[in-house]
Amino acid sequence: MKKLLSTLAILSALGLGVFGLANIAYADETSAPVTAVTTAVAPSDVLVPSTDATAVVAEEAPKTMDVGSTAWMIVATILVVMMAVPGLALFYGGLVRSKNMLSICMQVFVSFALISVLWTVYGYSLVFTEGNAFFGGFSKAFLKGVTPDSLTGVIPEYVFLTFQMTFAAITPALIIGGFAERTKFSAVLAFLVLWVTFVYIPVAHMVWGGGLLSDAGTLFGGHGAKDFAGGTVVHINAGIAALVGALVIGKRVGFGREALAPHSMVMTLIGAGLLWVGWFGFNVGSELAVDGVAGLVLINTQLAAAAALFGWITAERLFKGKASMLGAVSGAIAGLVAITPACGFIGPMGAIALGFFASFLGLWAVTKLKNLLAYDDSLDVFGIHGLAGIFGALATGILMSADFGGVGYPEGVTMASQMTTQVISVGITVLWTGVVSYVLLKLVDAVIGLRASEEVEREGLDTAEHGERAYHM
Amino acid sequence: MKFVSAIIKPFKLDEVREALSAIGVQGITVTEVKGFGRQKGHTELYRGAEYVVDFLPKVKLEVAIDDAMLDQVIEVIEKSATTGKIGDGKIFVFNLEQVYRIRTGETGPEAL
Repeated sequence: MKKLLSTLAILSALGLGVFGLANIAYADETSAPVTAVTTAVAPSDVLVPSTDATAVVAEEAPKTMDVGSTAWMIVATILVVMMAVPGLALFYGGLVRSKNMLSICMQVFVSFALISVLWTVYGYSLVFTEGNAFFGGFSKAFLKGVTPDSLTGVIPEYVFLTFQMTFAAITPALIIGGFAERTKFSAVLAFLVLWVTFVYIPVAHMVWGGGLLSDAGTLFGGHGAKDFAGGTVVHINAGIAALVGALVIGKRVGFGREALAPHSMVMTLIGAGLLWVGWFGFNVGSELAVDGVAGLVLINTQLAAAAALFGWITAERLFKGKASMLGAVSGAIAGLVAITPACGFIGPMGAIALGFFASFLGLWAVTKLKNLLAYDDSLDVFGIHGLAGIFGALATGILMSADFGGVGYPEGVTMASQMTTQVISVGITVLWTGVVSYVLLKLVDAVIGLRASEEVEREGLDTAEHGERAYHM
Repeated sequence: MKFVSAIIKPFKLDEVREALSAIGVQGITVTEVKGFGRQKGHTELYRGAEYVVDFLPKVKLEVAIDDAMLDQVIEVIEKSATTGKIGDGKIFVFNLEQVYRIRTGETGPEAL
């Protein structure tokens, strides 16, 4: 042992010596140019105030990188990553039976990773470059032409495209909840890749990438649909796809007859908490800068979540008898979904109203509508993301009015015309995602087969598909 | 010898154990069990899905005793396990044919 230690000591001393020498050598190499620069700058004026310097730069080149905004956008991006891994995985995981816990976590993790890569191959280019009304072009495929110096607004393009990547990657992961506990792993991945390509990308291009529904689009003559952080692109899109998925794949074995109760409300609480925190990155980050609107989005996001949480448990207490933790969590998520399209356009009091009423709609959907129509949207993606998303997108058109404390309409736009725009954009999104998701599901079903066998479903997807179990207790 | 099996509310276990020790019972065996009696189950509600939980968690406590102790044991369990509310449980008494202590090979009341 002593020998080993002394050998280590000698080795580390040698290592330090080598690194020390290397540092000195490096310093020698660089010291000359550094002094040269200093002497070159010195004659002009060493005491120039820095504010003047930035003012001059601002006048010469209005599009310059903002350090504060860039720093925030990097954090916001990481917050959205946290929403999916581990937030969504735990939120969904707690809601399934313990035999399917790992299958849900795997589906969320793997699809998130897979889409992240696809985003750089063709996703970013097809959403954010010029093309037709539905798709962009391939000019930035494989991130061609993007350099550390290229900017989007006041932040580096790399930061912008990574932020957008997290949106593209979390949206398909949301859909997983619609057909949880009964779908083959391979089929889930195949469907989600196709779904991002033929649903997420065109809808995102239509709304955010200069396509059909945007300000630049032809449909609404210069004033497009208002969707601040992704009510249509993310939540309606995923919610409708989940409903279609639940209908095409069918109910779980034993649905309505056996107990399919969630296995861990605490996991769901942790996941929902991570989602709530991460949502600030999602919504506030969508301003793509640090400014006054970012502050408005911040307060709106918190207020809508809080009001919806309270609304949901109040309604539960009144109509069901008991206020539940799952209700509180579901309410918060429904409020966050509803505020997503509206957060940069409406006022804080509007956000409270929006969240409060969105929670009633969500509760009604997951308790009444679901039983009425008898679909098995296992984790209520349609009820919470789809319907609260639609409600939020439509309410944006009303609450953004200055009369309700919102930011007001652009020149030449009235409440009626904005509402028409919102209704049409929601309608087009619902139709697009509904029809294309159906076709893609049928395609995957024909090629791979969507549904796990009844035997596998009874055993649980964890051991059958992944060869491991979540808990050894 | 008698074999007493009592189904009690789980949170009453410590009280019952202490009371039995106090009257000189040497050992008990405890199992977590589920079942239903007149208390019936309860309903759990997860969003729209309602599940009736038929079997409630209880503790089954088993104790082997000499005939002379039976009345005292029954009285002690009844007293310490009661809450006065429905679902307090039941006590079953069996005749016990024989007891062996594995370590020493003792039998009968000496092995208790």
